[in-house]
Amino acid sequence: MAAETQIEQAGGSGPNPMAQFEVKRIFDIDLMGYDASFTNSSLFMILGVVLTSTFLIFAMRKKSMIPGRLQSIAELSYNFIYDMVLSAIGPKGIKYFPFVFTLFLFILAMNMLGMFTLPLGHLSFTVTSHIIVTFAIAMAIFLGVTVIGFKNHGFGFLKLFVPSGVPALLLPLIIVIEIISYLSRPISLSVRLFANMMVGHTLLKVLGSFVAALGVAGIGPLLLMIPFTGLEILVAFLQAFVFAVLTCIYLNDAINLHH
Amino acid sequence: MPQLNPEFFAPQLIWLALTFIVFYFIMSRKIVPLIGNVIEKREERISSDLKKAETLKKDLSEAIASYEQAIAEARSKAYDIVQANQKKLSAEVEAEQKLVEDQIDQKTKDSEQRIAAARDTALAQINDIAVGTTEEILQSLTGSKPSGDKVLDAISSVSSS
Repeated sequence: MAAETQIEQAGGSGPNPMAQFEVKRIFDIDLMGYDASFTNSSLFMILGVVLTSTFLIFAMRKKSMIPGRLQSIAELSYNFIYDMVLSAIGPKGIKYFPFVFTLFLFILAMNMLGMFTLPLGHLSFTVTSHIIVTFAIAMAIFLGVTVIGFKNHGFGFLKLFVPSGVPALLLPLIIVIEIISYLSRPISLSVRLFANMMVGHTLLKVLGSFVAALGVAGIGPLLLMIPFTGLEILVAFLQAFVFAVLTCIYLNDAINLHH
Repeated sequence: MPQLNPEFFAPQLIWLALTFIVFYFIMSRKIVPLIGNVIEKREERISSDLKKAETLKKDLSEAIASYEQAIAEARSKAYDIVQANQKKLSAEVEAEQKLVEDQIDQKTKDSEQRIAAARDTALAQINDIAVGTTEEILQSLTGSKPSGDKVLDAISSVSSS
């Protein structure tokens, strides 16, 4: 970090595009020997939770039969995830709906907050651009799904790795592939989100530094940034959706076990 | 890449768990029931309104049917009344006509009787006049007065031949 700062100062070629991913300590907290410091990452997690909850409660405050604009947004997002859970898992999946809805909104909030940099200046941060965060969420889902699978089907859950209609000769190979694909779920789930968020933000940062460096000619990269910002907002929504959809598909495997 | 700096793994994980769990409780306890209730209530309202509309429609068709029946009844009643009145009127007319005809008949009969009586008296008087006149003529011719019965017989035989 110190070296990077020196290069920045010496070269003067604009800020390091990776600097936005740095976690900054705001104040230190020690939790039973573990470092639980309040950082800009923690700040954005709390901000996301508070903003999302406040928005939804505020939007639903009238509970009107004919929804207004804000209430429509709240109901639309509810129905969007509800229908997704229902179509991916079926009626048995409804009890996991609050979790999937929470997951979707949490990731969406983290992704979206990363798009707004101005109000908090150098503290601005995208929580989901950190592999440790996305991997922790994905791993929790993976472990939870596995536990749900064994709880619902006992050892019958292992049938998930034995697809029906496969020739006996190929079965050992297929089982190995199935197990590897199952175990790689948390990795693919977490890397997909983390990589999308990091790449998008880095690209915007690089383009932004060009704008600053080129002066009047910076209008070129500035114009280029407009569609890319739109694209990033789309990606922020899409990745939250993909994460929620895949969670539903994994839950479906664990609950309905047809492969 | 700052993401691979293990210095900040622990605080991120701890705060992630904390915020996510708090968020999950807010969502599952407060927001999901809040939105779910509103949507459910609306669906109930829509289905009850639809049911109400259906019963109203049924009522309407029933009302139309009873109205049509009433109209048909009224029409047949009106026809009956017209028919009865017509009958009554024609009977009255007939009776009046008969009465008038009877009176005319009576008057005709009376007149005929009166005419007959008058003719008879006239005929009887003719005989008397004829007898009287014949007696006078015979008296003046013969100078003697013939008996009335003989004159009468003669006149009768003449007039009857």
